[in-house]
Amino acid sequence: MEAKKRLAQGMCLLLAVILIGAGTFREELRVVFMKASNVCMECIGLG
Amino acid sequence: MAKRKGGAGRHWFQAAWFALTNGYMAGFLKGKIYTGSSKSLCVPGLNCYSCPGAVGACPIGALQAVLGSGTFRFSCYVFGTLMLFGVLLGRFVCGWLCPFGLVQELLHKIPLGTKKKNLPGHRWLSWCKYVVLALFVILLPLVTTQGVALGDPWFCKYICPSGTLGGGIPLVLLHEGMRWSIGLLFYWKMFLLLLLVFLSIRYYRPFCKYLCPLGAVYGWFNPISVYHMEVDTEKCTRCKGCQTACKMDIPVWERPNSIDCVRCGDCQRVCPTGAIQSGFLLKKKRDIPHRDIS
Repeated sequence: MEAKKRLAQGMCLLLAVILIGAGTFREELRVVFMKASNVCMECIGLG
Repeated sequence: MAKRKGGAGRHWFQAAWFALTNGYMAGFLKGKIYTGSSKSLCVPGLNCYSCPGAVGACPIGALQAVLGSGTFRFSCYVFGTLMLFGVLLGRFVCGWLCPFGLVQELLHKIPLGTKKKNLPGHRWLSWCKYVVLALFVILLPLVTTQGVALGDPWFCKYICPSGTLGGGIPLVLLHEGMRWSIGLLFYWKMFLLLLLVFLSIRYYRPFCKYLCPLGAVYGWFNPISVYHMEVDTEKCTRCKGCQTACKMDIPVWERPNSIDCVRCGDCQRVCPTGAIQSGFLLKKKRDIPHRDIS
């Protein structure tokens, strides 16, 4: 049981790092930055 | 005796984390939001990036932004970040690092009326957060981008009380021009926020229990997260004191890593035998080899 849990943790961590790397490579951070560095009128209820 | 965690110390930790991730004080004075490069990085909790003090991005807002951008049909970056926080911390994020969780907990401390754990229909209402995640955070922002430039961030726009509290109210107060833009949507969001404020006084963390898509995601990782809880079955007397103390209404003695556990540590404090432990690396009794002393 404990070994399965450790395996799941390792797999998830590896997948998470791969996904973050892929997202960075695809320049998703630029989209996030564009959205987050401007006032989101919808988020504050004025959109 | 096991190390007891949480209590007032946890609230100080939550407040310190809030100050750290919302530390752009000039934003509150000038009515402007932070535009530094850290805004592209997701913080673990539900923290509106339109809050004048926010120095990071809300992962739920970021997910909708990427899915609704029309450029990407899947967000590797945000899903990866959620998975990373989830597998390392699970819902420890909800109990220790989420600003809106802190707000609800402080409201629940107001001595008004009788305190209750759950809303009527708790079992069915608990499923709402998964519907909110699937529909408002993923499907609607994704589907509504077709043919048009940008999709709406449906969850942020129609549901998120953190945006109203952290972004809407301060910015409307600081900008006269924004006050002219107040309409039906703002009133709807204020109504939702006030409803949650009143519910939070009577019930423990109603938003986390029934509506939060971030809690829904982190909950799935709770059973395998590196930060976890353990019950020493030899010390546990099955008195169910932990379940009585748990405001999330979890039978901790039976399921210490339930998807609903926010790792507040209340169960650890009330356990008469100190059978409950939490942490990253817990020393297991069965892992200690028996020494032959004969």
